Amino acid sequence: MTPAIELIGIDKRFGSVHANKDVSLAIGKGSIHGIIGENGAGKSTLMSILFGFYHADKGEIRVGGKPVKIKSSADAIAHGVGMVHQHFMLVEPFTVLENVVLGAEGAALIGPALARARAELEHLAHNYELDVDPDATIGELPVGLQQRVEILKALFKGAEVLILDEPTGVLTPDEADQLFRILGTLRDQGKTVILITHKLREIMAITDRVSVMRRGEMVGTKETKQTSVEELAEMMVGRRVLLRVEKGEANPGETVLEVKNLTWRDRKGTARVDNVSFNVRKGEIVGIAGVSGNGQSELLDVIAGIARATSGEIVFEGKSIGALADPRYLRREGVAHVPEDRQHRGLVNSFDASESSILGWHFEETLGRGFHLDRRAVVERCRHEMQDFDVRPADPYLKSAKFSGGNQQKIILAREISRDPDLLIVGQPTRGVDIGAIEFIHKRLIALRDQGKAILLVSVELDEIRSLSDRILVMFAGKIMGERDASADERELGLLMAGVAKEAA
Amino acid sequence: MDPSLIPEILASSIRMAVPLILASLAGLWSERSGIVDIGLEGKMLAAAFAAASASFYFQSAWAGLFIAILVSLAMALVHGYASINQRGNQVVSGVAINMLAAGLAVVLGNTWFKEGGRTPALSEAMRFMPIDLPGATALADIPVLAGLAKIVSGHSLLTYLALALVPLSAWALARTRFGLRLRAVGENPHAVDTAGISVARLRYQAVIIAGVLCGIAGAYISTSLSASFVRDMSAGRGFMALAALIFANWRAWPALYTCLLFGFLQAIGNFMQGARIGQFEIPVQFFNTLPYLMTVVLLAGFIGKSIPPRASGIPYTKDR
Amino acid sequence: MAAPRSELPAWVDIGLIPLLNLAVALIVAGLVVVIIGENPLQALGIMLNGALGSFKGWSYLFYYTTNFTFTGLAVAVAFHAGLFNIGGEGQAYFAGLGAAIVGLNLEFLPWPIVIPLAVLASAGFGAFWAWVPGVLQAKRGSHIVITTIMFNFIAASLMVYLINNVFRPVGRMAVESREITGAYILNFRELGRLIGWKLPSTPLNPTIFLAFLAAWGVWYLLWRTKLGYEIRTVGANPEAAAYAGIDQARIITVSMAISGALAGLLSVNEVLGVQHRLLLEFAGGAGFVGIAVALMGRSHPVGIVLAAMLFGLLYQGGTELSFARPLISRDMIVVIQGLVILFMGALEYAFRPWMAALFFKPED
Repeated sequence: MTPAIELIGIDKRFGSVHANKDVSLAIGKGSIHGIIGENGAGKSTLMSILFGFYHADKGEIRVGGKPVKIKSSADAIAHGVGMVHQHFMLVEPFTVLENVVLGAEGAALIGPALARARAELEHLAHNYELDVDPDATIGELPVGLQQRVEILKALFKGAEVLILDEPTGVLTPDEADQLFRILGTLRDQGKTVILITHKLREIMAITDRVSVMRRGEMVGTKETKQTSVEELAEMMVGRRVLLRVEKGEANPGETVLEVKNLTWRDRKGTARVDNVSFNVRKGEIVGIAGVSGNGQSELLDVIAGIARATSGEIVFEGKSIGALADPRYLRREGVAHVPEDRQHRGLVNSFDASESSILGWHFEETLGRGFHLDRRAVVERCRHEMQDFDVRPADPYLKSAKFSGGNQQKIILAREISRDPDLLIVGQPTRGVDIGAIEFIHKRLIALRDQGKAILLVSVELDEIRSLSDRILVMFAGKIMGERDASADERELGLLMAGVAKEAA
Repeated sequence: MDPSLIPEILASSIRMAVPLILASLAGLWSERSGIVDIGLEGKMLAAAFAAASASFYFQSAWAGLFIAILVSLAMALVHGYASINQRGNQVVSGVAINMLAAGLAVVLGNTWFKEGGRTPALSEAMRFMPIDLPGATALADIPVLAGLAKIVSGHSLLTYLALALVPLSAWALARTRFGLRLRAVGENPHAVDTAGISVARLRYQAVIIAGVLCGIAGAYISTSLSASFVRDMSAGRGFMALAALIFANWRAWPALYTCLLFGFLQAIGNFMQGARIGQFEIPVQFFNTLPYLMTVVLLAGFIGKSIPPRASGIPYTKDR
Repeated sequence: MAAPRSELPAWVDIGLIPLLNLAVALIVAGLVVVIIGENPLQALGIMLNGALGSFKGWSYLFYYTTNFTFTGLAVAVAFHAGLFNIGGEGQAYFAGLGAAIVGLNLEFLPWPIVIPLAVLASAGFGAFWAWVPGVLQAKRGSHIVITTIMFNFIAASLMVYLINNVFRPVGRMAVESREITGAYILNFRELGRLIGWKLPSTPLNPTIFLAFLAAWGVWYLLWRTKLGYEIRTVGANPEAAAYAGIDQARIITVSMAISGALAGLLSVNEVLGVQHRLLLEFAGGAGFVGIAVALMGRSHPVGIVLAAMLFGLLYQGGTELSFARPLISRDMIVVIQGLVILFMGALEYAFRPWMAALFFKPED
């Protein structure tokens, strides 16, 4: 049978980044085909090329066996390719109908198209369990329904091939299950589904075949039934990287941080952090595991004073700090914070390294008395920290943006650890950091713990959590699902992260 | 104040409101597509100069209108190029347009007519003159209707055009494919791009419409409201139109009402020179300032809320 | 994905490209002169001679430089905080009120006291007129660009009313206040006379030193104080500022107030140093020139002083030019201003791809 889609020898560069290297792929009609790979493996780029969002430097695309030129999303749509992006492409103040019709109006007036769409939506709802109120405003719909509208948009435009880019990242487990049911129905009715993800579980659960990408290359394609999680994982990572960190037993002392019934609601009133309680003691690392977007970031923000708790209490060394929401006060009291998003928060790209290396601590008197900022002291401090943390190049005058991810992270870590904090809050310490730096960073965190400091670690990398933490808390949908010690079984943690608590606990 | 003046004040309000209406519709189209337009003032001023010069040169108001539109369009395209292709700062571009217009109008006017930046006085044939609506004169003797006729009739063609463009714009934005796409591109250009529609093309279309409308507004100022061009004659109307647009929350009908209100304030300012409340003489400047004051108060969120299109002012890049 | 906007050598980015943009702006201005029917090179010659060929020319050049340095610095400080203050004109105009109130009412004080007081009042009134939009932005989310524009108009109306109805002496036709005699800053001709030097008449007065001091002060503030660090952090990366515990509302209001104070100092030069009275439109568009000056000076005080001198040259040369060639109106300077803002601001990156093609070395 002719494949629905064939990509032959696709090559794409962005400046010096080689995003796709001679990638070839065939996707069978009426199947669910998974594409899996780590962040930056080139999956999204490849699909963006198929959808006409980027243009390949080399290579050929065939749809239904015929070579086609896809120069824009319009071409892709015309060839029956639809895409559901990771960030939804919806117009929030518009109704569902208006969103569906956008780009497929048919005539100069939109009246008839809206009527046609209304009928079609009813039909689609019936066939694929895709129920949405056509007159609802997008901005007021929950995320799961917004995603449904994205699928409806593609189907309304006649998509035979549907690409979904990390569709479950923003969904609750319930919503994800629903999505999978819908995808199954779509396949059964003859549609072709391409699912981009980095979650092995999803791949195993619903795909027919799976292709693995690594560093811009296509590593191989397997029948899902004939492969295993282990095999796929190895293909994804290349060689097994064992994140075993040398560390001794923890000697926890008195409690440093105590969080009691903490809740934080977003502007819509949804509790993103929901009645959370735990504590961190001297000389231990407490890790918070969880799939990203389950309230960990918000929890960090509240503890670090960037956001104000809606209710509940945070006690640091006997003082209640939750209501203050003042990061500077917290720093003075001995709380250091390595933020999750180093590019957007941890440093200022346009500042030179020395200026980034005092971010948040610039008020200190050692950097200049009163309002004065002593440039020489700033540069000296930076130079010192760069040496201590082996930052390369060790140039305090270089723009922050010019350092590699690992070295940027070392600059931030150096800044926070060198202040000799009693509590260090760390978010995603090694995201997008090279292997060498990961090891270095992990060692420094352990060393800090061994000095008797308290560390609260948030990471979406379960391996990292397991290798560093002395105690593990698992967060799901804003709640702490449970606490386990460092020796906890990976499967058990995985279940907690998926929100399956009661029977396991 | 003499009550018999009321029809006159109201008619004058409409006359003062016309350039505001046209300019805020221009701003409406541009900003609804996500292109902030601080340059309404400059485009209007350049068009006013072009209209006065061309209608004097060609002895025809229509030629003046045509050239005014072309000139305003050219400036709009500069703004479009800076904002859409170059992804430049739209506010900065608008400020530049305003200065270019203010400078060029006087420099060229001075060269061509040697009257210190003024253009020669235009005769009736070179202007858009008042039109009496059919039947208006017949009502002249009937008490209330006469006043009404005085308000509604006796405006120039451009006034009626401006008034007609309001429902047309509202309808086009709400009901046409173009309007739907344009509104979408001002809210989320990524959604438009992935739907296979060119963001740049839509925004250029919006900018072009804004250019044409400002052209008409400018022509109205110099060839209908007045009979020649004088320096800085747009007198902040572009900014007042912007204020009206904000007040109207980027909608056509409310923009019309706000412009009429602002026009009324201007008219009343002219008629009420020296009016008193008790001992206190109301300064003319008070009425002139009121639209700006009202806008500040509105923007501060004390009387309702004004939410601009989400993508306005942000250059579009594919990368997210 | 890739960031092609940061792959050029620094000297191209901050040296060559701005110069190229400026050159294009001036070439287009030259074309306008051609359209008028004059010879642009000749016009340039007259301008240069008018500004640089005599003591008087130079002294006017520096008199304009004083004004434009103040307003350029005002725009730049706001820029560094990520704010676009279009209201320099209104702030400078409103500041005249402070200068006049002190100058006219405290004349019994000796000049070493009343002049500093009048300077402070100018800065204070200017600061206030910018602080209000700053507060509205910080606390109520009103867009600073729109509010500062509105405040320009409000200031204009208010000043017309006040000068006409409050400051104008009874019976005087001209719409202006009576002369300010106490806070009277002597110009260099008058100062020269005190020590027996004869100098030609000039508006240039010691306020220019205040302008240079202000430029140094802005540099010191932005790069050598903690407040300046906070201002630049808020402007460059608001999220990082929140992470660092910087109070953004405070930074917005404070930097707007500083910006307005700088703009307000223009009235020290104009009201106290040149006109010696409060009169209509004394700011004369200098607030808007500040936008061009800040863009051209890349928001750095040294660049701003240099750009202010260039615009001083254009203003003085342009005035001479309009006398020598009546066809070329003085408003030609406004055209050049617009072109500079267009090419150095909105079309800042227009020539970058060409430069990148010239200087970019492919890696592998």
